[in-house]
Amino acid sequence: MSKFALHADRLSLSFGGLKAVSDLTIELPQKALHGLIGPNGAGKTTAFNLLTGVYKPDQGAVYLGDERIDGRKPSYIAKAGMARTFQNIRLFGELSVIDNVRTAAGLRTRSGLFRTLMRTPLHVAEERAITERCIELLDVLGITDRKDEQSKSLPYGDQRRLEIARALATEPKVLLLDEPVAGMNSQEKHEMRGLIESLRETFDVSILLIEHDMGLVMDICEHITVIDHGVTIAKGSPKDIQANPAVIEAYLGVPDDSDPIADAGPLPEVAP
Amino acid sequence: MSDLLQTLINTLALGGLYALIALGYTLVYGILRFINFAHSDIVAWGGWLAFTIASGLGFLSGAPGFAMPLVMLITMAICAAMGVTIELLAYRPLRKAPRLNVLITAIGVSLFLQNVGMNDKLFGTRPTTIVPMMPNTELFSIGKVPVRLYDVLTIVLALVLVVALERLVYRTKMGRAMRAVSFDERVASLMGINVNVVVSVTFALGSALAAAGGILFALRNDLRLTSDSTWVLLGLKAFVAAVVGGIGNVRGAAVGALLIAFVEVFVHFYITRFFSGTEWVGKLQDVYVFMILIAVLMWKPSGLFGKSTVEKV
Amino acid sequence: MTHPDGPGSPRGPLAPLQDRVRAHLPNPGLAAGKSAAPFVAAIMIALLMEHAIGPAVGLTWTKILLDVGIAIVLAGSLNVVNGYAGQFSLGQAGFMLVGGYAAAWLTFYGQIHFFDICPSGVEIDITDGKMCDPSTIVVTKEAVTCALVDCFSGKGATGGFLGSGQLLFLAGCILGGIVASLFGLLVGLPSLRLRGDYLAIVTLGFGEIVRVIGQISAIQPKDPTEIKARSMTELLNNLGASEGFSQIPDYTSQGTPGAMFWVFFFAFLVLIFIYRLKYSSKGRALLAIRENEIAAEAMGVDTTRQKVVAFVFSAFFAGIGGALYAHQIQALDPKELGFQKSIDLVIIVVIGGMGSITGIVLGAAILVILPELFREFSEYRMVVYALALVVVMILRPQGIMGIQELWELSPWRKLVQRIKRRGNK
Repeated sequence: MSKFALHADRLSLSFGGLKAVSDLTIELPQKALHGLIGPNGAGKTTAFNLLTGVYKPDQGAVYLGDERIDGRKPSYIAKAGMARTFQNIRLFGELSVIDNVRTAAGLRTRSGLFRTLMRTPLHVAEERAITERCIELLDVLGITDRKDEQSKSLPYGDQRRLEIARALATEPKVLLLDEPVAGMNSQEKHEMRGLIESLRETFDVSILLIEHDMGLVMDICEHITVIDHGVTIAKGSPKDIQANPAVIEAYLGVPDDSDPIADAGPLPEVAP
Repeated sequence: MSDLLQTLINTLALGGLYALIALGYTLVYGILRFINFAHSDIVAWGGWLAFTIASGLGFLSGAPGFAMPLVMLITMAICAAMGVTIELLAYRPLRKAPRLNVLITAIGVSLFLQNVGMNDKLFGTRPTTIVPMMPNTELFSIGKVPVRLYDVLTIVLALVLVVALERLVYRTKMGRAMRAVSFDERVASLMGINVNVVVSVTFALGSALAAAGGILFALRNDLRLTSDSTWVLLGLKAFVAAVVGGIGNVRGAAVGALLIAFVEVFVHFYITRFFSGTEWVGKLQDVYVFMILIAVLMWKPSGLFGKSTVEKV
Repeated sequence: MTHPDGPGSPRGPLAPLQDRVRAHLPNPGLAAGKSAAPFVAAIMIALLMEHAIGPAVGLTWTKILLDVGIAIVLAGSLNVVNGYAGQFSLGQAGFMLVGGYAAAWLTFYGQIHFFDICPSGVEIDITDGKMCDPSTIVVTKEAVTCALVDCFSGKGATGGFLGSGQLLFLAGCILGGIVASLFGLLVGLPSLRLRGDYLAIVTLGFGEIVRVIGQISAIQPKDPTEIKARSMTELLNNLGASEGFSQIPDYTSQGTPGAMFWVFFFAFLVLIFIYRLKYSSKGRALLAIRENEIAAEAMGVDTTRQKVVAFVFSAFFAGIGGALYAHQIQALDPKELGFQKSIDLVIIVVIGGMGSITGIVLGAAILVILPELFREFSEYRMVVYALALVVVMILRPQGIMGIQELWELSPWRKLVQRIKRRGNK
């Protein structure tokens, strides 16, 4: 039985000539809350994409518990037990809040097309159980009273909460949160702090967090990895990181609520 | 040997024809990331407009030397204007919309052009021909192989226009602007490029070339009604040529066109040589191009010269 | 709004899904009843259409209703791919053609092989190796003479409701669906990995390839003796060449007994299925693919596999629709069922609302009835359609209903809430 919920071993990825991630190693124990930080463009989201199967690493391996998962499809990895949220919120906009979560919960059902079309007892039971569990999830995240609204009409902070609820609906063992409090005001961030910490008990899940809000990161993360230009420049407890000169040099500490480049929005999609 | 030469000439001529049309597809796709379904209809209209103008000016019963260039220029200008107008009315409002919506709109435009063109007040439905304006005289011969006007015209015209386009795209300010927009529209506009102008120019160029292609096609084949499948098939082959070469890439479109022409000419040649009396082979010609497309999309969707771009997650 | 204890308050772990399922299992009898009830209702309504509404509205409107019913089968299934999953398929007509061919093969050749009945409904008596109309047999001392059967005139549908003819037709429809869905698998597996516009072209190509294959098949023999002499499997190749498959027995044209029943049976079947699909995890997975494919994949939806499933499902009912269509106009001309027909169906889905069940019913009704009403302007039909497509995409891209259903619209919901509140008092 592996002692790490998630173990990434010297992951590397290049895009053309650009090395986006070099030799990244992440060791996430059970029920831990770790952070992944770095200046913009450092490769943090790319790292998440590597972990969740969106990209295939050029080198290195990813282990979810005992199972090696690098090179697998994202849907396989989600089924294996790793879920994520997205930096540039990717909700199912036209669907209602609860349907966003129910869609993800569908991963754990056993009914196929036939059972669905015939509405067999198993299918009916699963659908009811899904609704029940999803309402509880929305409760935990504090967004139940908007459950039938279209998710794209939600305020920004609630959209981020919804993404977390949706990820949790897949019953993950490892949860990757990509900038969960970006764009929130300090009141909301304060609430999220407690919420994120409590997720581990409520859902028996290990969490890896990307964030720019240093206050939050230093507060709740037990261990932090710092990367810059794809290279790991420091690892350790919050105290170690805060004192680390390389980190200070690379980073100069970004203040809360101000990240002009991230806030400018996503680059236009350029697909193959 | 003379067979080979003849086949070579055919390939070059057909390739030139496909290249002219493929460029329109590839330019528009490069800039706006969508397949302009209505492009083949501009080709059809090009052929028919030329016929209408030629017959209007009396060129179909004896024409002076300058007839063809004149008609061609006028037609290309009209089609360029058509392309710009279509973009303005039908595609521009959907610049920010999901790609699926623009695709549906393009189909709508295509259907519109086809059916309006069929109307008796416009082009009608009876096949006709533009050949009388400029018969396919034999210019000279290499050995036993005659080299005719149409082939020379197609090859020269295609070469000239492709080279001109390449210079435009790679050596002029407008060309730089086009490439910038195709790379990243938002950043290009932040840099002060007027995206709307670039898009209009792209459509104008693509449509003008399509018109030329339509006229050249009309010289070699009967001019059939605008909704006839010959036009759709022509457009499809040119589109596949663009994909094979790497859609969005000007040189790729030219190379892809030659490849598709090569396959078509050589396959046709050998099939008729070795499998005579098979009517179904003719029909199969229509679909082989789909099979090539599927094969390319399976193995190398970015084509020969295209680069596979990665979507930001 | 925050949870009364604050969202961060610790609580025990939330029970996983499968642990809760047992508690929600419904009474099996009740569940079976609820599962079957809509199908029973469908049969009832189909019978109603057949015996009450059909005769009441007369032949012209019966034809219109039949056309709408077939359009619902075709557009409803297309909606699963184009509407729910958001994939752009332009090849529905190809699946129609495949299904139509399969069904016609079974009914046209099958009637003669299995029942000695030819399409015009006459029983064949083989005397002296000839096919005779039994009512004309004259036995004299010298010879047995008879009038050779004129097989191919008049309507089919032998044996009445659920008689041997109609059962063969039903089998033909199902066969059409199965064959079409196999083609759906064949086409879908490689091409659903492709991006939107490429998928459109590939499905278009598929439609054309089917047309070409139909045109290069062998001609359709019409002599019952000849047909009887060859086996069914041999006859698989005889799909009519470029003239197409003709004189298909009539089961679904206006005035034919059973037409309304079969068409509306299948129409309601499709509606039931797409309704159940939409309000289930499977359906939501498809909608998620449409909304944000990357997020769907990240949430465990195997997007390629689900797209293929949707595609095969859609092809199945397109095949059935093709069978219904073929037995209505009693002919299958590959030149007719091409890109044009696929576009007609796409227009219904787009204008009705991609992803909406009420939308496609509305769309089917509008796009069948309007051309009938404006018969005089039929030459402008396509121009109007074309403009409609462009205008709808610019002004109201979600079509009439968008992704919503009639019962999800706010006036309806407010009404339902008011009724519920009154019920609670």
